[in-house]
Amino acid sequence: MSEEREMITGIEAPIYLQYKFTAGSAPARFLSQVKKGVLTGQRCPGCQNVYCPPRGSCAACGLPTEEEVVLSDKATVQSFTIVAIPIPNNPIQPPYIIANLVPDGSNISFIHLMSECVNEEVHIGQRVQALWKPEEEWDYAMDNIRYFKPIDEPDVPVDRIGTMPVTGWEG
Amino acid sequence: MQQIAIVGYQQSDCVSWAGATNEVELIMPVLRRVFDQVGLANAQDVDFVCSGSCDYLQGAAFAFVAGVDALGAVPPIKESHVEMDAAWALYESMLKIRMGHAKSALIYGFGKSSPGELPIVLSQQLDPYYLAPQWVDTISLAAMQARLMLDQGLITERDMAEVVARSRGNALNNPHAQLSGDIAVDELLAQETYVSPLRKSDCPPVSDGASAVIICTVEQAIEWGVPYAIISGIDHRIESHNLAMRDLTDSVSTRQAAQGAGMADGSVDVAELYAPFSHQEIILTRALGLGENTQVNPSGGVLAGNLMMASGLSRIGELFNRITSGEARRGIAHATSGPCLQHNLVTVVESA
Repeated sequence: MSEEREMITGIEAPIYLQYKFTAGSAPARFLSQVKKGVLTGQRCPGCQNVYCPPRGSCAACGLPTEEEVVLSDKATVQSFTIVAIPIPNNPIQPPYIIANLVPDGSNISFIHLMSECVNEEVHIGQRVQALWKPEEEWDYAMDNIRYFKPIDEPDVPVDRIGTMPVTGWEG
Repeated sequence: MQQIAIVGYQQSDCVSWAGATNEVELIMPVLRRVFDQVGLANAQDVDFVCSGSCDYLQGAAFAFVAGVDALGAVPPIKESHVEMDAAWALYESMLKIRMGHAKSALIYGFGKSSPGELPIVLSQQLDPYYLAPQWVDTISLAAMQARLMLDQGLITERDMAEVVARSRGNALNNPHAQLSGDIAVDELLAQETYVSPLRKSDCPPVSDGASAVIICTVEQAIEWGVPYAIISGIDHRIESHNLAMRDLTDSVSTRQAAQGAGMADGSVDVAELYAPFSHQEIILTRALGLGENTQVNPSGGVLAGNLMMASGLSRIGELFNRITSGEARRGIAHATSGPCLQHNLVTVVESA
């Protein structure tokens, strides 16, 4: 009879790989503007949609996006969730809000944090504005914006979210 | 059986560093050119799209999904991906067409290998229990393979250098090549070894870039009114992941794939072989029984520029170019994957 062996259910084989990662030409242009405290998008020459942050193409049309568009740091809540569980190594304490926000002048949302708000009162169509870090801390990163906070403006009707001009309600 | 035609092929330049471009920015110009070649507007004009890539290369999780941004996928398209060279994406696309689920397909492969240390990255494709934890890199494995051949008297270092010299010379006619030039065999032999017995010139350069092919039914090719070549056979075979169980001086799987694809049913005017290392071209040429009537790697092959995950597809595309230009009537394209030629695919292409 074969001798009894302890079952091996796993081995440790950690993987360490080093990369010189690049974001891409379009994201690099975007991040260079973010470092100056400006949000930008890129317009599709086909469907005219403005993407923020841009990846270099219109995902719908498959066309390169070249034209750079300056956006507002005011935005509209397109969707949101209240995070109730702590995420390891994340300094932000729950409960907090992650939201899909469409900046004025863009047609596509990006994801960022919301704060200075009553979590239970956050709603789709709500108007918010970026709270930037002090200028001396700005880097090539989206967390130059600490979070977005509600502003005293009328809600955007659901069917108009994603169509606000860069001038917002003034436009 | 449904005959399938190749109607378009485009490749980017092989460059050692594609700068800041991301995968979408690498792919989009190549897709535009292949659509223009066939007279199509975009991916909406083909029935199926399949890509080949590996996220480990640039170290970006789900880069292959981001690549779809280059297609114009609104309204939704039928799309698939292989974590392999795009030659296998072409294989999948052929099955799709033969099953009657599509009449045409766009296939593209892309790789940005420059951000990482490619030979080390590729060590992680080895078996996860014994070899991957030892980080055996691809160049060292190929060097051991070359050592076996040299010590058994199957090749000489001069044979290897002759492969390199011919590759660089042929690449002078390939505008997308990364390494080309007139270089004497003795000059190559005078170079230091890199990972003994390999010299740097015996190894492929690290390249960034993309390539794309469009295939379709013959009826569709005639309807589009574009030049085409016929894929008359395709097959692929794989050997054990255990390197010790393989005869590394031969490529049994390549020979079997060639048999399955019907290579021997006619002349082989041209062979585009995916041989990343110089001695591997000799292994493949012998395994396939190619003689003096076959021109090997007129493009320069991958020693002149190696787009990981696209080079296998490019071999098929280069063969298509030779046939539609009238330089050849019939030939084979070979693609490989895994260490020391583990997995091999052979495609037979003929003039229409």
